[in-house]
Amino acid sequence: MAVARALLAALAFACALVCGLVFDQATAAAAPLDQAIAHFTADDFDETIAGVNEATASGSPRAAIIIAALQDGKLMFSAEKKAVYIQDDAGNLTDAVTGQPVAGTPPDDLDNVKINNRLRGTIAAALGQLTLLSSDPQKRYDAAQAVFKSREASALPGVEAALAKETDGRIRTALEQAHAAIVLTTPGSTDAAKLAAIKIVAGRGDQDALALLADIPAHESPAVARAASAAIGGIQTRLSVWEAVQNAWYGISLGSVLLLAAIGLAITFGVMGVINMAHGEMVMLGAYVTFVVQEAIRQYDPALFDYSLAVAIPLAFLFAGAVGIVIERTIIRFLYGRPLETLLATWGLSLILQQAVRTGFGPTNKEVGNPSFMSGAFDLGGMVITYNRLWIICFALAVFVALIALLRWSRFGLEMRAVTQNRAMAASMGIRTSRIDALTFGLGSGIAGMAGVALSQIDNVSPNLGQGYIIDSFMVVVFGGVGNLWGTFVGSFLLGIANKFLEPYAGAVLGKIAILVLIILFIQKRPRGLFALRGRAVEA
Amino acid sequence: MSHTPPLSLQFNRRRLLASATGLAAGLMTPRLAMAADTIKVGILHSLSGTMAISETTLKDVMLMLIAEQNKQGGLLGKKLEPVVVDPASNWPLFAEKARELISQDKVAAVFGCWTSVSRKSVLPVFKELNNILFYPVQYEGEESQRNVFYTGAAPNQQAIPAVDYLAGKDGGSVKRWVLEGTDYVYPRTTNKILEAYLKDVLKVAPDDILINYTPFGFSDWQTEVSRIKQFGSAGKKTAVVSTINGDANVPFYKELGNQGIKATDIPVVAFSVGEEELAGLDTKPLVGHLAAWNYFESIKTPANAAFIKEWHNFIKNPKRTTNDPMEAHYIGFHMWVKAVQKVGSTDPDKVIAALPGTQAPNLTGGTSTMLPNHHITKPVFIGEIRPDGQFNVVWKTKDLVPGAAWSPYLPGSKDLVADWVKLNCGNYNTVTKTCGGS
Repeated sequence: MAVARALLAALAFACALVCGLVFDQATAAAAPLDQAIAHFTADDFDETIAGVNEATASGSPRAAIIIAALQDGKLMFSAEKKAVYIQDDAGNLTDAVTGQPVAGTPPDDLDNVKINNRLRGTIAAALGQLTLLSSDPQKRYDAAQAVFKSREASALPGVEAALAKETDGRIRTALEQAHAAIVLTTPGSTDAAKLAAIKIVAGRGDQDALALLADIPAHESPAVARAASAAIGGIQTRLSVWEAVQNAWYGISLGSVLLLAAIGLAITFGVMGVINMAHGEMVMLGAYVTFVVQEAIRQYDPALFDYSLAVAIPLAFLFAGAVGIVIERTIIRFLYGRPLETLLATWGLSLILQQAVRTGFGPTNKEVGNPSFMSGAFDLGGMVITYNRLWIICFALAVFVALIALLRWSRFGLEMRAVTQNRAMAASMGIRTSRIDALTFGLGSGIAGMAGVALSQIDNVSPNLGQGYIIDSFMVVVFGGVGNLWGTFVGSFLLGIANKFLEPYAGAVLGKIAILVLIILFIQKRPRGLFALRGRAVEA
Repeated sequence: MSHTPPLSLQFNRRRLLASATGLAAGLMTPRLAMAADTIKVGILHSLSGTMAISETTLKDVMLMLIAEQNKQGGLLGKKLEPVVVDPASNWPLFAEKARELISQDKVAAVFGCWTSVSRKSVLPVFKELNNILFYPVQYEGEESQRNVFYTGAAPNQQAIPAVDYLAGKDGGSVKRWVLEGTDYVYPRTTNKILEAYLKDVLKVAPDDILINYTPFGFSDWQTEVSRIKQFGSAGKKTAVVSTINGDANVPFYKELGNQGIKATDIPVVAFSVGEEELAGLDTKPLVGHLAAWNYFESIKTPANAAFIKEWHNFIKNPKRTTNDPMEAHYIGFHMWVKAVQKVGSTDPDKVIAALPGTQAPNLTGGTSTMLPNHHITKPVFIGEIRPDGQFNVVWKTKDLVPGAAWSPYLPGSKDLVADWVKLNCGNYNTVTKTCGGS
């Protein structure tokens, strides 16, 4: 490929030498873009790639606009008229070459120029070359990164020109790395240049650098090969350290999800002793509240979309809590002290709730969007931290702290603890125990609803959402110690981290089995879990 | 696990109506005066439980096809009557419900099942009671039964062409492969075939293949995705072949998007992700990832446009998508109608004999044929995800590909052929010249 391209370039150069004398300068500048544009009307991927390359080489200021439109799927063509247009969001057409608006009705065979992955790579590389000198620093940075990835030899003069002008340190580094990447992959570079380039790339120290260095052909001189393998070794050591950190982070993230899912159950099952199989459905209801809130916002005021979760969290709490209270009043209160019946009744209830939602909303997944602050990721050293996971960890901690504070300092919390510890005594002190039971169950359900808001950000919103979490939730509560919120807290993070450290070695399926086996062994040794309740409450 | 389907039966209007009229008829007149005048068609798709997400749509499309056929005068001068049952995503219940359809309702044929395990659970019932099942979903192959007609893709009509595309120039000349699947029979068998194909035909080194399985409904993809990223940074073009099933796909694609894995870096080609699965997802970060199917909603043919319009009218929701298994039912239903018309009877033995060779138009401009191995010919398309959740066809096979029941790449099945016309056998061994196994 590279040889053929070099040959072509040489031919073109020779032709330009001969023809340049004949053609007038102005036509020579305009003609290449017209020719490049003509490729786009062929509706063929190879032709389109030729078009992108020629447009890039034309040096026309319109080239970047045209290629960006192609990337966004806004470049339209009419095979009949042999014309190419750019369509804006409102559907108006402008001529791709001149930029003039097109009057009259659009041609009948108007269609967008199709792109595939190979083309997307070509486009990214072309845009990288064309925007190296952009006035927007972020664009320049992205351009340098694109060139680093494409390692397109033809971009070398552009990179050098940009390096000479660039003052921003971050972009300079990126440009130097892009330069080094091209030098490393260009056959003609000297060993000295390659050694310097390896040093620069090694300084990058990430997986892209590793990929580049691993790609250096074996027939390089011994010095270069040695430097490359040393650099690879260095990067791998660094990455393996980061991998451990990353596993710990994933573990904390999984732990926070477990905590969110289990904390409501820690109240209904842990504190009240109700084996609540419908707990997962409370989570599911919370997720559907999020969906309804987002739909309403999309309909009435799309600008508020980023606040949708802030609206959904209290609503989900109230809705799931209300459903919980209704369930307690109508079913569960007749079943206290009969665990098997409670289990069966709540299991049936979970099926009823699932099917009710399925009938109401349909069986398919509902789209719940991520607000902009929860999309994407940032790099921290050698690892990637996604914003949605980060926010969910914060949210889980906040919910936990709020719950602990509620139980410790509020009157409701005091009454709830009193009823749990000694029902008869609490009743004789004037606490309306049945009201407290209903409110406690409502609190547990409401927290499950809030968990649903968070889980809607990372999982499917479908009627089956809750089923995936019910077993995990019971696992956490039993492991942590029934009746102890701190046990749930420590248990969920311990299980999360253990799971994520096992997963890379054992795989997701075996990892999960191993965790279950470990828990069974642990429960044999400590039947009351990590933090066992002591004293009279246990016997009650 | 309860075997009683929850609630949905009560919501099922046809059943309610049928039992109500049945009751009324039983009270007033001797029953079943009308029964002989209709041909009953069984629909065996889960309307509740985990698989309802995919199967409910297939029930609806069957009701639409039957209503359409009735509008055109029915079949053999009789009206078709759909009999809908709900096996509730419960595999043993599939067998019970199949038995109920055949023995009690006396259906002429059954259209149904989605997962391979549900199909395996009804096989003995169809064999014992000698009825016909049309199975509309892409599956792992390695099966050919006298009573079953497979209108979905066999591995050579989906998995193998997809891998060929990625290994080719347009797909990015992929040299390193991640086979990522959900841990059950379809991904495991498909990956076994693909692994053999990659090693033996494409000469991929074992180090360049990573196979990984996750449980059903898996939602925490962080470790898996970063592992894919790491595997992809070895300096060779890497692609992921995904046989991840159902609900696990949404969190998987979300994590891919969040960790910034773009289709230009590491493309993912999926065999179980269609328009319906993408409907619950913001697809902008996923643009360029691929799916291999025999049908896409975005394919522009007059037949497809008419089908989509009819579907939207029937379901009364212009946003509902169409997908590959729906087209499979479309083809299967029309083949069954033609075979019944040809023999002038719904007798299963006659229809089974008449089906091979029967042709029916598919929705992408071709004509599919039922083969003697009870699979059909289909075109194969590779589509790229568009920002609007539809697919852009970037590659297709020149001709229709005949479905192969037995994979030539697996040691256990490479000598087997299925031919119900000449050999009357689903697993004829060409080496030992016997019917009955590897």
